Amino acid sequence: MKKVGFSVEQVSCSTSPLKYDASLCIGCNRCADVCQCDILLPSPEKGKHPIVMYPGECYYCGACVMVCPKPGAVVLNHPLMNRAKFVPVKEAASVKESAPEKAVL
Amino acid sequence: MENGKYIWPYENETGQEETIESDVLVLGGGLSGCFAAIAAARKGLSVTLVEKGAAERSGSAGTGFDHWESACTNPCSGVTPEEIAEAYVNEQDWYSNGIAHYIECREGYDRLLDLESFGGKIRDTEDEFAGAEFRDDKTKLMFAYDYKNKFTIRVWGSTFKPALVKELKRLGVRIMDRTEATALLVERTANEKSEVARGIGAMGMNVRTGKFYIFRARATVLAMSRPARVWLFNADTPGLCEFRPFQSIGSGHAMGWRAGVEFTMMEKSVRAEFSAAGRSFPPYGAGNNHNTWYAATMVDARGVEIPYVNRDGVELETVSERYYPAPGQKFFLKGGVIDNPKYEYRGPETLEFEELIKRGYQLPFYADLSRMPDAERRVIWGMMVGEEAKTKIPIYQNYTQRGFDPEKHMLQSYGTGWQSANFLEQERQFFGAPGGIMHDWDLKTNIDGIYAAGDQLYASDCAGFACATGYYAGRKASDYAVTVTPGEVSREDVEAEQKRLYAPLYAEKEEGIGWKELNMAISKAMQNYCGGVRCEALLKEGLDLLESFERDIVPRLTASNPHELMRIHEVLDILTVAQLVLHASLARKSSSAPLCFCRSDYPEMDPERDRKHIVIRQENGRVLTRDVPLDFFGELRSEYEKRNQDYIKERAGGTASLQEIAKGGKGA
Repeated sequence: MKKVGFSVEQVSCSTSPLKYDASLCIGCNRCADVCQCDILLPSPEKGKHPIVMYPGECYYCGACVMVCPKPGAVVLNHPLMNRAKFVPVKEAASVKESAPEKAVL
Repeated sequence: MENGKYIWPYENETGQEETIESDVLVLGGGLSGCFAAIAAARKGLSVTLVEKGAAERSGSAGTGFDHWESACTNPCSGVTPEEIAEAYVNEQDWYSNGIAHYIECREGYDRLLDLESFGGKIRDTEDEFAGAEFRDDKTKLMFAYDYKNKFTIRVWGSTFKPALVKELKRLGVRIMDRTEATALLVERTANEKSEVARGIGAMGMNVRTGKFYIFRARATVLAMSRPARVWLFNADTPGLCEFRPFQSIGSGHAMGWRAGVEFTMMEKSVRAEFSAAGRSFPPYGAGNNHNTWYAATMVDARGVEIPYVNRDGVELETVSERYYPAPGQKFFLKGGVIDNPKYEYRGPETLEFEELIKRGYQLPFYADLSRMPDAERRVIWGMMVGEEAKTKIPIYQNYTQRGFDPEKHMLQSYGTGWQSANFLEQERQFFGAPGGIMHDWDLKTNIDGIYAAGDQLYASDCAGFACATGYYAGRKASDYAVTVTPGEVSREDVEAEQKRLYAPLYAEKEEGIGWKELNMAISKAMQNYCGGVRCEALLKEGLDLLESFERDIVPRLTASNPHELMRIHEVLDILTVAQLVLHASLARKSSSAPLCFCRSDYPEMDPERDRKHIVIRQENGRVLTRDVPLDFFGELRSEYEKRNQDYIKERAGGTASLQEIAKGGKGA
């Protein structure tokens, strides 16, 4: 069988599920080891954080954050459309109309 | 790096081949697969476990799960395995997996104790909830839903997968992470009467290097997921388009169908309930009062509390009452597959939406935990939301960082029901005990040497189901494995599979088509031809279109690396499953409420003649069906005990006897 070379290109996506903090990440690649969708590729530079190669394939399970030995080195964020709204609680049994509360994104 | 282009960081092993021999081969490394491997390894057999992701966090419960259903043999349980298994069968109008549910009810709690012995957390050992109504202070077990009967256990499921993998390694199981199983190996020998098939292993490839594997085994356990991405797809955020993990798409169903394995209930699908790429929010991340969030206090836009009622419509005064059966009711059912139960099993529930609107309640609704007793609030937000799959980081940590405080904020609910979603009729999903592999009391498929467990079984549901059936299938596969010699792998089969697998690496790139375009086309086709309403002509048009994809599009699929190759083969499996669903839909010539199945050309609902399994398989491209009575599994307890005396005796001699003593000898 003739061997073909592999190539890989970052696939663009409307959202960024994961953000790395280069000042905290030690480049251990545990996140890339555990990512179920294999969307993270180890950085070509040793000690640097992985590249989010296939961001659209993230299923937001958080395994990468759970396994990270340096809290804050990788952070998960939902797409804007999926940030469910929460508001301050209202007085129990209140029947007064009130203005909509400001959303927290 | 140049313009977003990188060098592939892994070796290129395309075309390299390795044969791995074992007694028992397990395909899929989720809960059921891990337990199948453990059962076989405990019997002293050599085991290989194949996992496309990384077993440490793979499968539906990879990052956790929060409640363990049907733990009928736990020392606090007020119900018997027979009561709950039979209740499920009745609740699902017999389109239920009596065998698997009974195994879950009977052995599930044993698996939970296993998990604890591996290092998983199943009790409130730190006394965080000491004195809470849902906690048994003696055993420190914590219960959900029915506090009187105590058969659903709240667990710290985020600890489970790493603990299972540690145990697999300790037992010497060979774990093949990043390896996609792609085809079953079946040996076919002809005798005077007919052809006899036997499963002798599987084939697959490494999804980082492209290396090809032949897994030769005496017995094989299919332990992969139910299918997904058949109706729902989004090319921008494909990872969000389904409920179960993105990479769990039903490859086991597809390779089973290709090999001639029998399926049932594949005509069943429901209007979608979860797709965070579409009409819902991150699971467990919007206001609701079901499952993980049961029984959250709900309020309307004015802050007026929404009443809970019992099955007789009596409004409940206190939060505590939401967790007890109605007067005269022994127990109630809640959980994964229980949507709108029959009167007999119906538990407390908020008033129906139509009634709320009549009474002047206003949208949007919210989950307001601030009004609940402290322990109930903390157990929902912090324990259940935190331990349930995909909640520790995406919901609990993320929302907390955004400032959510359950004592100060209420979380909005979307739409009009508990799903917090708004789907269309043609947007469908395999949910609520969907179809799957037909099997016997050994969890064996129609092909000798091939067993199935967990989400691959028809009418599967939750984590306890997966663990219990996985262990059981592993046991039965092992008993079979020691009676047979390994089969001969056909070189022809191997070469045909290599050709099929690698083809997209060689396809012409200029004219090429990517996996997303095909997945998008399949899901649109399924919405159009196999949506809420089906009929003969429509289904046949659908089949014709999918066949044209196979003929004209599949040869043009192109991949630049093993990752893309993996995605292509997932979509090819989805294409196979879509055809299986169309064939199953054609085979049922009536409509059915429990199967959520509507045929415009056969509108009669559940006629007596069709109250049966229509079991379907494929042989040399021909679709064959046979009928199986809904009660084929017989009397649950006696049929189980007939076949499991070894297990019963083994448990009686070990830790099980202590549990039996603790609960006063019941079920012994």
